[in-house]
Amino acid sequence: MILDEKQAKRYVRHFALKEIGVRGQKKLLSSKVLVIGAGGLGSPAILYLASAGVGTIGIVDFDSVDFSNLQRQIIHNTRNIGIPKTTSAQNAVKALNPDVTVRLYDFPVTPDNITDIISEYDFILDCTDRFETKFLVNDACVLAAKPFSHAGVIRFEGQAMTYVPKKGPCLRCLIGEIPHDAVTCKDAGVVGAAVGVLGSVQALEAIKFLLGTGELLCGKVFSFDGLTMQVRVHSIPHADPGCAVCGNTPKILSLSENRNDYQIHSCDTGGETV
Amino acid sequence: MLKINGTDSDSAGKTVEQYIAETNYNLSRIAVEINGEILPKSLYGSTVLHDGDTVEIVGFVGGG
Repeated sequence: MILDEKQAKRYVRHFALKEIGVRGQKKLLSSKVLVIGAGGLGSPAILYLASAGVGTIGIVDFDSVDFSNLQRQIIHNTRNIGIPKTTSAQNAVKALNPDVTVRLYDFPVTPDNITDIISEYDFILDCTDRFETKFLVNDACVLAAKPFSHAGVIRFEGQAMTYVPKKGPCLRCLIGEIPHDAVTCKDAGVVGAAVGVLGSVQALEAIKFLLGTGELLCGKVFSFDGLTMQVRVHSIPHADPGCAVCGNTPKILSLSENRNDYQIHSCDTGGETV
Repeated sequence: MLKINGTDSDSAGKTVEQYIAETNYNLSRIAVEINGEILPKSLYGSTVLHDGDTVEIVGFVGGG
């Protein structure tokens, strides 16, 4: 791969970094990242991946752009109200960086389709808005041995962690059962700039993983409270040997057998990516 | 004394469940690690905190 003149100008700030350089840029341009959810977390994550020149970005979302999204979902804009979030996100990526190939999945991930979708990608970002879907992404990635970044956010606070197969805990090691009682951003509210912090962390994790540089949030959980500005990186290096999906004697052997676990129990089943 | 999330705590003698009950953490959305090992939720009620323990408690939120 030879970078053309425009690319040489576009990525010049990367070339100055010893961790990236021309070689790393070529690596990014030939990489494939899947972003599940083009909402609060997905918006900054997709924009930063696109601006960094990640060559192929898959975007999964089944929702359309609504006015109530624009307070934080910065990839969308007022002109795109009512159109699918995938199309809206694609428009933004194309305007930002024509080097990027965008693949759109205009439907929800399910136990039946997620394994095929993630198989095409080097790294996955879980930018979904509910624990049920986050656990579906977790279990799918663990069973398919795919690295992924988890994040969650509500109000002013959130957390992020990265799963790399055989190198640390998965989300299920940490939380155990899916919390079906969790409040959503819709109920509790959320600040755009706080979601932006976590979405940026996810994009950074993807970039470091693709480059093979730095330290990932693997065996660590990054916790951020934007209201008090308390930040902690919890060190949790070991997987739980009793984990139902990645433990020594896993109970979850296939997504389809475990499909009832991923059903959304909340009375609000609108599925808006918040 | 033990350390919980890097801060000194005089909670020795309490079970993890008793300690959590005094905080704002929601049992269904946390991870507890004691001395480098994840503590399964089924053991919160029977695991007693000891002086010298290093404990991490991570709260999780589900939005996005």
